[in-house]
Amino acid sequence: MTDNLLLGRLSLDAIPYHEPILVGTFCAVALGGMVVLGALTYFRLWGYLWREWFTSIDHKKIGVMYIVMGLIMLLRGFADAVMMRAQQALSFGDSTGFLPPHHFDQVFTAHGVIMIFFVAMPLVTGFMNFVVPLQIGARDVAFPFLNNFSFWMTAGGGILVMLSLFVGEFAKTGWLAYPPLSGLLASPDVGVDYYIWSLQIAGVGTLLSGVNLIATIVKMRAPGMTMMKMPVFTWTALCTNVLIVAAFPVLTAVLVLLSLDRYVGTNFFTNDLGGNAMMYVNMIWIWGHPEVYILVLPVFGIFSEVVSTFSGKRLFGYASMVYATVVITILSYLVWLHHFFTMGSGASVNSFFGITTMIISIPTGAKIFNWLFTMYRGRIKFEVPMLWTVGFMITFVIGGMTGVLLAVPPADFVLHNSLFLIAHFHNVIIGGVLFGLFAGLNFWFPKAFGFKLDPFWGKVSFWFWQIGFFFAFMPLYVLGLMGVTRRLSHFDDMSLRPWFLIAAFGAALIAAGIGALLMQIFVSILKRKELADHTGDPWGGRTLEWSTSSPPPAYNFAFTPRVHDNDAWHDMKANGYERPVNGFIDIHMPKNTAAGIVLAGIATVMGFALIWHMWLIAGVAFATLIIATIVHTFNYKRDFYIQAADVTRTEDARTKLLAAHV
Amino acid sequence: MSDTQAQYTGADRFLVREDHHPENGTLLGFWLYLMSDCLVFACLFATYGVLGRNYADGPTGAQIFDLPVVAVNTSLLLISSITYGFAMLEMQRGRVKAVLTWLAITGLFGAGFVGVELSEFHHLISDGFGPQRSAFLSSFFALVSTHGLHVTFGIVWLITLMFQVGKFGLTTANKRRLMCLSLFWHFLDVVWIGVFTFVYLMGVL
Amino acid sequence: MGHDHHHEHGPDHGHDDFPGHEHGTLKSYATGFILSVILTAIPFWLVMSKAFATPSTTAIVILAFAAVQIVVHMVYFLHMNTKSENGWTMLALIFTIVLVVITLSGSMWVMYHLNQNMQPTIEQIKALP
Repeated sequence: MTDNLLLGRLSLDAIPYHEPILVGTFCAVALGGMVVLGALTYFRLWGYLWREWFTSIDHKKIGVMYIVMGLIMLLRGFADAVMMRAQQALSFGDSTGFLPPHHFDQVFTAHGVIMIFFVAMPLVTGFMNFVVPLQIGARDVAFPFLNNFSFWMTAGGGILVMLSLFVGEFAKTGWLAYPPLSGLLASPDVGVDYYIWSLQIAGVGTLLSGVNLIATIVKMRAPGMTMMKMPVFTWTALCTNVLIVAAFPVLTAVLVLLSLDRYVGTNFFTNDLGGNAMMYVNMIWIWGHPEVYILVLPVFGIFSEVVSTFSGKRLFGYASMVYATVVITILSYLVWLHHFFTMGSGASVNSFFGITTMIISIPTGAKIFNWLFTMYRGRIKFEVPMLWTVGFMITFVIGGMTGVLLAVPPADFVLHNSLFLIAHFHNVIIGGVLFGLFAGLNFWFPKAFGFKLDPFWGKVSFWFWQIGFFFAFMPLYVLGLMGVTRRLSHFDDMSLRPWFLIAAFGAALIAAGIGALLMQIFVSILKRKELADHTGDPWGGRTLEWSTSSPPPAYNFAFTPRVHDNDAWHDMKANGYERPVNGFIDIHMPKNTAAGIVLAGIATVMGFALIWHMWLIAGVAFATLIIATIVHTFNYKRDFYIQAADVTRTEDARTKLLAAHV
Repeated sequence: MSDTQAQYTGADRFLVREDHHPENGTLLGFWLYLMSDCLVFACLFATYGVLGRNYADGPTGAQIFDLPVVAVNTSLLLISSITYGFAMLEMQRGRVKAVLTWLAITGLFGAGFVGVELSEFHHLISDGFGPQRSAFLSSFFALVSTHGLHVTFGIVWLITLMFQVGKFGLTTANKRRLMCLSLFWHFLDVVWIGVFTFVYLMGVL
Repeated sequence: MGHDHHHEHGPDHGHDDFPGHEHGTLKSYATGFILSVILTAIPFWLVMSKAFATPSTTAIVILAFAAVQIVVHMVYFLHMNTKSENGWTMLALIFTIVLVVITLSGSMWVMYHLNQNMQPTIEQIKALP
């Protein structure tokens, strides 16, 4: 072993001095980082951040932290997208663009990994964390400490991915890292190891979060809230978390096997000694297909809430929505092979999975009809969340249709791994997941922060995204049908170029959309008094979160609600509910803790050490992790009581606010 | 749809005025985690199922599996399951010392299981039949040592719980932890049934 | 939910601390143990004595014994029943079993076909360096 005992294979060579793009990025990040850290120090905010946010076990704070993380990583992932669009617009004939292939390969790999694992997953998890306990009338999730730990594990994974930009390199394998390319022979460098450990660490966080939310929804609903009286968003959250608990173990197992191949020299996916790389593809997609439903089911729930609220009507077909969601959950385990029709399993296998794939589009179609029927004869208010929703309906349906097209194996043989496929999945992820997240952001922002997001900039952002999406991805459908393969960094056929230029223009429009989003947040903070939500119910909401103040107090509800019907808050408003103004009692709450961030920090250090073969540090980190966990279990006193006097004070302040803004 | 809460009227119709504690979710949560662990093992079983005959001119199961030793191992684990059961019975009777005794015995049998397994691995590796030799051996070692690692973690947890019960007694929290470890321990025995059947017994056929 | 199970009052309350969660009894643990011993010994004996002529028969029989023993463990050691956690435990178990079956059988079916179709031809093997 020629590695250094302490530093493994880490050396100064790992720092990419000679890559101007990276050096420039580093300078920008370092500068921006110093400004942020300097400001935090100058305004003495570290104590506040530590006490109120980093060690918080409050599901609302954790939800906000997830969403902040997701939005920051969106900027990184989008930067990768811009680089790819620019490269593909420039690199024709003699021109090779500005990204050499080994760099381009890292860009498209990082783009996929970041967007799925560190943008979409945290955003979706953040919304479920923030909203579900409020919607079911609970004070927190079932396992508050575990919730905090889950967040920091996700953050740890994100930190490792970001570190790969400046220390070493990232994987060049695509976001699913198929062997043998990701095996030790073809990728001996640290890139795939960064990939493996960031996903394993984040994956633990996600899995625990799944267990947490299922237990929360099953055990902590307010009295009277039977399963069929739960809000639809809570139903979709339940099914999503079932998928998480059922699918992420597969990812964990597959990545363990890949790391055994890389670290121990086993032969699971090698070309010799009996290995079979096709088994990796098989197993990773057994995880991968449920994963995309993990991303989309919560936003289907968001749309249900938004459509019923802004149509002023109860959701049409509640029961069929629930059944459709459950059916999608189960069916999502029977379609995975459609991701590799061309790998060679033959007609009988391909036909089976092609048929199941087509069947799974049916319950989704049922949902679209339910939303349309909800809107029919409703009094529709085109607030920003509703704009995103209508945009979703059109955009996502197109993407869904191209999906059904791809589900036909003979068609897929022509289109697999072409730009048509890229256009399809961006169509459903952007049109579905992202539009839904933006709808949710605008919908629940006032609940979280006490003021709405500025509608003007929200509409600007929406239109840039909607139009930009079409310009960016419709050309890719055309190119795919013409036979252009994905992940290429150079082209010789000049007739393809106009399409790539249109796509680049689309990316510029989307960039404007993102700029408008940032503007929206900035302007809203400036105008927060004007945009303030005093009542806690700015939209005429129908579910229990809108019965609380904006933002809700730490304990959510001074008294646990009692539920009698669907759309519990709507039911309360319609039946003479009067907010209690006295008689408050002590409230039992969990305590903040540093254990989550500490344990996740040690795990991240261990991941970094494993990536760089720093065996001593890895071993010490592992031992520390075990010991720290054991020490944590000796802490039995994890809760306290908020005194009735404090509850009274908080509630009195709200009474005054409501009276002043009648 | 009948409203089972129709008896609540007036100011209490939409509120619970008393201190409301939701049911504890720890045992359900732990069961859900165990189900996810089931799926990890399912993947390892699937890998063994697919790659388990890829001997690459190396040894087959029939050549390296020592069934009498596996029988001994299986017995050790099965006995540890029932000794844990006895610990649980003593827990219900509230007898701290008896609980600790049966836990210790369980831990010893578990350690015996791990010891026998480590010795089996040592022999295989020193004969040149380690996990790098073939895909069959890779999947064998991955599956069996994942199970063994789980047992090892279980023993560490068991020792920790012995300290906690010894120090703090059979509190509600500790009883809950003992029940979780019980689920874990028995679950590992269930997985072992799969291992000795699918890997060892079928491996020599 | 709870059950009529008498036990001495210990340092903690004597009534059921964990409603909805079953406990074992000496009889149930002993029954489970003895059944497990039998269901383990027979497969081992069948294989070691080569009792059946064809390996596939033996395989099916011992897999069946394994399935039965798993159920024995579930009932007698894990106290599996439909009432635990209002049926959620059973639902989670059934869902998991379905997924395990899909993962195992699906992977083996798919991989069998892939291996059959994607095996290199003898010419390709001979052309290897």
